[in-house]
Amino acid sequence: MELYMSLAIGVLFTVGVYLLLSKSLLRILLGTSLMTHGVHLLLLTMSRLKTGAAPLLGEKAESYIDPIPQALILTSIVISFGVTSFFIVLAYKAYQKLGTDDMEQLRGDGDE
Amino acid sequence: MTLLHVAIIIPFLFAAASPIFYKLLKRVHTGWLVLPAPMALFIYFCSQIPPVRGGETIEGAVPWIPSLGIDFTVYLDGLGLLFALLISGIGSLVVLYSIFYLSKTKEAVNVFYVYLLLFMGAMLGVVLSDNMIVLYAFWELTSISSFLLIAFWHYRERSTYGAMKSLLITVIGGLAMLAGFILLYLITGTFSLREIIGLDVNLTHESLFLPAMLLILLGAFTKSAQFPFHIWLPDAMEAPTPVSAYLHSATMVKAGIYLVARFSPIFAGDKLWFWLVSAFGIITLIYGSFRAMKQTDLKSLLAFSTISQLGLIMTLLGLGSASAFFSGGADSLFYTKATMAAIFHLINHAVFKGALFMVAGIVDHETGTRDIRKLGGLMAVMPITFSIALIGTFSMAGLPPFNGFLSKEMFFTAVLNITELNLFNMQTVGALFPIVAWVASIFTYVYSMLLLFRTFTGKAQFEKLDKKPHEAPIGMLIPPVVLASLAVIFGLFPNLLSYSLIEPAMAAIHPSLLHEGDTFLVKIELWHGWTPELFMTAGVVLLGTVLYKLRPRIKVATEPLFTFVSLNKTYDAALRVSDIGASRLTSRYMTGSIRHYLIYIFLFLIVTVSATMMFVSDIRFDFSGHAPTTVYEIMLIIGLVVSALAIPFTTSRLMAIILTGTTGYMVTMLFVIFRAPDLALTQMIVETVSVALFLLCFYHLPKLKKEKIPLKLKLPNLLIALAVGTVMTIVALSASSGRSFETIADYFVEYSYELAGGKNIVNVILVDFRGFDTLLEITVLGIASYGIYGLIKLNLKGEEGPDVFGTKHQSNLIYDQPRSNDVILKTISKIAIFIILTFSVYLFLAGHNHPGGGFIGGLMTASAIVLLAMSQGIKAAQTIIPIDFRKLTGIGLTVALLTGIGSFVFGAPFFSHSFGYFQLPLLGETELATAMLFDLGVYLTVVGITMTIILTIGRDK
Repeated sequence: MELYMSLAIGVLFTVGVYLLLSKSLLRILLGTSLMTHGVHLLLLTMSRLKTGAAPLLGEKAESYIDPIPQALILTSIVISFGVTSFFIVLAYKAYQKLGTDDMEQLRGDGDE
Repeated sequence: MTLLHVAIIIPFLFAAASPIFYKLLKRVHTGWLVLPAPMALFIYFCSQIPPVRGGETIEGAVPWIPSLGIDFTVYLDGLGLLFALLISGIGSLVVLYSIFYLSKTKEAVNVFYVYLLLFMGAMLGVVLSDNMIVLYAFWELTSISSFLLIAFWHYRERSTYGAMKSLLITVIGGLAMLAGFILLYLITGTFSLREIIGLDVNLTHESLFLPAMLLILLGAFTKSAQFPFHIWLPDAMEAPTPVSAYLHSATMVKAGIYLVARFSPIFAGDKLWFWLVSAFGIITLIYGSFRAMKQTDLKSLLAFSTISQLGLIMTLLGLGSASAFFSGGADSLFYTKATMAAIFHLINHAVFKGALFMVAGIVDHETGTRDIRKLGGLMAVMPITFSIALIGTFSMAGLPPFNGFLSKEMFFTAVLNITELNLFNMQTVGALFPIVAWVASIFTYVYSMLLLFRTFTGKAQFEKLDKKPHEAPIGMLIPPVVLASLAVIFGLFPNLLSYSLIEPAMAAIHPSLLHEGDTFLVKIELWHGWTPELFMTAGVVLLGTVLYKLRPRIKVATEPLFTFVSLNKTYDAALRVSDIGASRLTSRYMTGSIRHYLIYIFLFLIVTVSATMMFVSDIRFDFSGHAPTTVYEIMLIIGLVVSALAIPFTTSRLMAIILTGTTGYMVTMLFVIFRAPDLALTQMIVETVSVALFLLCFYHLPKLKKEKIPLKLKLPNLLIALAVGTVMTIVALSASSGRSFETIADYFVEYSYELAGGKNIVNVILVDFRGFDTLLEITVLGIASYGIYGLIKLNLKGEEGPDVFGTKHQSNLIYDQPRSNDVILKTISKIAIFIILTFSVYLFLAGHNHPGGGFIGGLMTASAIVLLAMSQGIKAAQTIIPIDFRKLTGIGLTVALLTGIGSFVFGAPFFSHSFGYFQLPLLGETELATAMLFDLGVYLTVVGITMTIILTIGRDK
């Protein structure tokens, strides 16, 4: 399972980075979303998969899955939601004001 | 916290209060209101003279960063007391003077006193700190306040130039000094000055000793304007005159002197210390006095004179360190006379130079010029000012019976003494010292006379002046009169100072020469017989007068020595070159293209991660312990990979957004399979809300064009993307193939119920174990939501962009009215909303033991409200739920923060939670934890944030 997950993580990162390097602001935004997914799965995979029950003590299991990556990911999901929303609005507003979402056109001059 | 700490803090408190004084009491000059601060300090420090003289040192420590050995430790000994008295005493006079110098109505006096008091506090901190790091912090604060004061008239180009120059030079010196302090720490293992001085070991053989000494000296020489670092001081004269009198003559520039004196017990005895301090001092002395002679601006003349006098004191400290070459006894005492002269002259210089600066300020204030070529004959209209100037200049020139005469005689004694030092060829090379000192004294005599006679005697030329000159107001005269009187008193009764201040200060500089309870015996006589020194002074007067008379005819004495090269030009050129070079270098890689920046980041990631893994040989592929795979999981992964891979190829914007959403839902499913119920819940809601947001914003954006990127760019993009993907795959594989560290997860599994009373370990980590992180996280979210609100609402004037949405946009984005085809949605949503809301409350309450919690509950509640707004229209939704969501965010954050602070009430550290089990009606035995209260804060914040974001965007026109 870990092998397939690692490959999937690689794909998410590859597509994410590829999108990030493009000109369109929307593509860049989608790229960050994909990379975020990649990071989350990476954190989860790092601590081994399916090693025990869900980290709820009510399950009364022998062993539990590592709760730390889950706590980290939960934080990350919420933060990236905030960042993504901010980004979306920034892009929307930039387009509204400047009439383009092409990053090459949005870049400043050398003197700025 | 001792009284000494309070003494340092008082100026800072007054600095903070002075703008308030300014605002509240419009009619009173702010100076009157801040004047009590330095005066009270002066009285306090005076009261400390007897105990310090009795050998007591007053000390106190306030812990700051104990783990690094950095504490706010203060102590008061003879040396510190001397400086503290200068700072508070001259400070009081300068504040009084400034009340009349700076008009309340025309000048920004409110900020002036903030800067001035900031400096006063910082300077007190420098001379009273025991910890070197604290000393450094205050040291830099003096540089900054000096910068602000020089640039007080910031609209003048010369002012900003001077301010920048002084800051650059003194801060570079300060940084060098910090490096020196750290080296000393490495040698001795302590930042405490007294501990280092108290160490009974010889440090000179340490390999870091020499660099430490050189770096600290660099700090001292730049601050005290020693040649060739003096170039900032003449330009600092752009500051208002009270500032020049205070910072750039009496106190701040003497911080370097203080540093040398303070570190003398550590470094004295080293040959190089002796040579460097004496040589830099004597060169500065002769150079400064020579340049002062040529100045035509009163303040420039005084600036170069200050440079020269600082050199004199520096020389004396260097010569005094010769006493450490002998192991006590008469030989040592013989050379401590130089130290004695240094301290005495330090006081004298502050007194007469302070008076002279104030005189220059009066002349400038009353005539409108400081150019001695335009001045003359002022004696008749300004008799009091003239008398002060006479005392000041005669004292500076070293004429009896003023205090400057005595310290100059003692200086001659010291340079004559040093020729007897029979170490390292001093008898031959050392002969230079008296000669140079004598010549410099002649120059000093000449510029002193120039200052006095060119300004106050000779032909009056009032027609060249902007104003009709008259005597200054009484308030402006009192401070220089006080100083001039002191110059006379200290001249006639020098032993007033010797017992009270000079002896304790010497004890601080030469601690090893004294036995327990001993003091130095300092006796200064006005008449000391027909000594060689007296003949030298006579020679100075004779030759000085001749030179003064012949001066106009000697070209060297009036014109610059070199015109094609100067230190200032070198400084300017170096600044220009580094400026241009830096901007060229920066624009080489800071191209403004986001693609380039991202490429740097990714290349760095690829190189560092792969190199590190290679280096520590941590690439492992061990598939033995891997979890089994089922066919559903394979299908999920395929779905994930395919939808991700399809995104770059799609040309439809909607399609791209939906495909990204699909990958998100696949990830959610994977969370379910990998037994992370909290994550799955959160991801699901976030994904839904995000897709809605994307569609809301990008509905009107242009069609995604198939990017026509040339292959030349596309190929590198692809290569970088592939490299990052490969590196991440290897990281994932290596990380899951065995551990390099012990896991800390067991701790949480074991103690989550025992310590925090919660069964949902993930939730317990978030709200209890790592509650502080979560607090900061929701704060960040809150900031993001306010940022979004600001972005949408803020419409700066004159920034109207092209109306790309046209009129069609008006009807589409507004959800104020429900749309006609929403009947089904409206009907179903009425029921659905209640179910979702109930479920969200359950999720929130259950969170401590079951999947759920504040985040998930909050997001769920928000999505219910969004549904309500979409089906009923925003206006209707607002009448149903009349809540200001931006305020809700604030309330949530406050609740969370107060829960954390609540721990303090019980004497526990920040965010200590507690829990207990209670028998409640209806609910039976219920567990209540303060963590729940914190989670309530999280819940409210998340609802507030999400709603703020969505409503702001949804309502934007």
